[in-house]
Amino acid sequence: MIPGYAGKYLEVNLTNGKIHETKFDDEVLRDYVGGRGLTAKILWDRLGHKWEKVDPLGPENLLLLLTGPLTGYFPGGRTCVSGKSPQSNGTVGSTLSSEFGVELRCAGYDGIIVTGQSEKPVYLFIKDSDVELRNAENVWGKNGKHTVAALTHECRDLLKARYPRFGEWKEPSILYVGPAGENKVRTAVVSAKWAHAAGYGGYGAVMGSKRLKAVVARGTGPLPEAADIKKVKRLINTVCINVYKNEMWRRWGTGSAGYEVGAKTSSEPVRNWQEEWHDEKSFGVDKFENRLWMKQYWGDFGCPTTCLKLSCVKDGKYKGAITDNPDYEMQAYLGPNLGIFTPEENVFLVSLLDDLGLCGIQTGNVMGFAAELYQRRVLTCNDLDGLELKWGATEAFAALAEKIAHREGIGDTLAEGTYRAALKIGKTKKKNLLPYAVQSKGISIGAHGTRSGKDYPEIISYACSVQGGDHTSTAGLPLDGGGSELMEIFNDSGVYCSFNSFGIPRNTRFEFYEAVTGIKLTRKEWVRTKALKILQLQRAMLLLGGPDLKWTPGTHDDNPPRFYEPLPSGPYKGKTTDKQGVEEYKKRYYKAVGWDRNGIPKTETLKSLGLEDVDKTLEKIR
Amino acid sequence: MKRKKEPIWIARELSKCSGCRKCEIACSLYHENRVWPTASRITVFMLVPGLEFPHFCAQCEDYPCVSSCPTNALSVSKQTGAVLVDNKACIACGKCIDACPGRIPHMHPKEKHIVICDLCNGNPQCVKACREGNWNVLKTVPRREMAYKLYARKPDETTRDLSTKIYGEIGEEYL
Repeated sequence: MIPGYAGKYLEVNLTNGKIHETKFDDEVLRDYVGGRGLTAKILWDRLGHKWEKVDPLGPENLLLLLTGPLTGYFPGGRTCVSGKSPQSNGTVGSTLSSEFGVELRCAGYDGIIVTGQSEKPVYLFIKDSDVELRNAENVWGKNGKHTVAALTHECRDLLKARYPRFGEWKEPSILYVGPAGENKVRTAVVSAKWAHAAGYGGYGAVMGSKRLKAVVARGTGPLPEAADIKKVKRLINTVCINVYKNEMWRRWGTGSAGYEVGAKTSSEPVRNWQEEWHDEKSFGVDKFENRLWMKQYWGDFGCPTTCLKLSCVKDGKYKGAITDNPDYEMQAYLGPNLGIFTPEENVFLVSLLDDLGLCGIQTGNVMGFAAELYQRRVLTCNDLDGLELKWGATEAFAALAEKIAHREGIGDTLAEGTYRAALKIGKTKKKNLLPYAVQSKGISIGAHGTRSGKDYPEIISYACSVQGGDHTSTAGLPLDGGGSELMEIFNDSGVYCSFNSFGIPRNTRFEFYEAVTGIKLTRKEWVRTKALKILQLQRAMLLLGGPDLKWTPGTHDDNPPRFYEPLPSGPYKGKTTDKQGVEEYKKRYYKAVGWDRNGIPKTETLKSLGLEDVDKTLEKIR
Repeated sequence: MKRKKEPIWIARELSKCSGCRKCEIACSLYHENRVWPTASRITVFMLVPGLEFPHFCAQCEDYPCVSSCPTNALSVSKQTGAVLVDNKACIACGKCIDACPGRIPHMHPKEKHIVICDLCNGNPQCVKACREGNWNVLKTVPRREMAYKLYARKPDETTRDLSTKIYGEIGEEYL
């Protein structure tokens, strides 16, 4: 057995209620590590042969909750959520921070594979090797904060009753879905705590479709034994010392960007990306800090950055709203993107979306899309069930979010996410609405534009990513560089927070991996073999797609049309993404990752990586 | 000349806790040579998100846990003032948990003995971890005549108090 792994995975069949343990060969774990890499392998092995036919929201899909060998060791542990994505019909390794991965590993499991579909709402309760499905009818329908409160009480009482001699039980960690997940909204998240979410991919809808309200874990053992704990201690120190010097992330988290990405790099979504610049100092991070933050540092297991902060609106119209800083993505998408520039209104919307279990990026994007259609008189007040969806109309956006989460009226269409909603509304209105849909392959784009050229994404970042618009997994060259998706795959497969890896020496993460697992791995080896293999699997499943949508690289390996319009304002007014440049970069990228000129992984590439079965399956789309 | 050790206390500013649990990691690495949160002598409770706080021995002036022990497994260190557990003498009866006003001691998750903060022989690792990152929730101070017992509170009670401070009446809904 490889050090650093618990060595066991839980397999839970919700159709028949059976739970058993499963294992993977050392060879598989060596190649795919854990988290995102292993989810790709599991999904391919089990569903690859019939991928196009698998309904992401049907019982055939899998919901994977995996950790990696570095979870809990590398500062800032996370959990990777995956399955067939109801957004892209491919796969996304969507990670969220919380104590869950650590609790699970301390309980003796590296991950959970959920199959089937339950008849009634259930939650999975794990206390070390005691694992059971429990009735979730009394929490079904509850919002995020109330779900956490109810399950914390119920499960702590359970622990007290079953293990009365232990002393006071610390609460277990909970992954859950809100009403949006229950209603299979494609922009629904899998949540933890109050403001933590795995958003990209839409796995809240997958979890909801299985009627799995939550997974509750409490592990009392140690983390699986590392190969060299002395070296691990030293490396934890190396990572932390580097982070402690970075006052920017520590003090403000990503929260400073709500103003700065607009004002400085001019790459923030403003009114559905019609602009990417604003200079509203009312939206400055100091306003959030001084008016709303109850904690200057708020974080999760082992995190030296503690970037979250804790916002609470204590009086006025939005009293009762509680969330994190909010982080930049939430500030942007539920702020300037909707024409909102007041911290309290932003915190209110973020808190509401947390509660509903909606992804702030995907839902902020689709609400911005709807508001632009209202601005352009494509959608009328009548189409919007009476809502006057003007820019900055916080209450109207809040009402719309409720409709989306409950799939009511226009919300039912918007619950399909921006791309599908654009097709659907476009059909009724007999208009091409894709120019207003800022997404790539069904996944709305993170709040970092490419037009000014001053932010980190490159012109093919989203166009060629196997995770569409995911700003945390962007494509770029060189393949072993900081802007490469292959390096992100390492973070998501080791399953820890990439923010704590910024600025550490190039090889520290691989040294860390070796200290925990005892397996020597070089950056070169990672990029040329293992990561590339994971990328091909994800690419293959993305291109196979289905059942409702399929992607053609010639058309869909591209930026949203809006990114080719010139910026209308700000210091980079007139700048745009170079279409010709994108085509040229794409060719170079395809070549580097071994795809043919149509963007399909080449036979020789797949064979050299030992993926002959993938090659065979891809014949049907060549 | 070697400085004479004097009893210490860990002063705590609970509402500043980030919930990072680096104290638990440091504690378990020191005592168990493993990352083992449940075996840690300090536990960060988060019964309500945002209301994280470390829960660990307050070294009450009258040490009710020590006098409750039927096997004399608990004693007070003259050097540091910490409660020391004789793991071999401990029968894991849990009487000290009931005697503690904050129900702070807990069982070791694998071995049959109680777990109580021993102040790391005068150099608490949790304090080091907390101060390195500048959270400064914990601070080592000389032990004086103070009602330290006040800091031995049950987790639910501390949570309620912190909720009042951090969320005000809004917090009532989630307690």
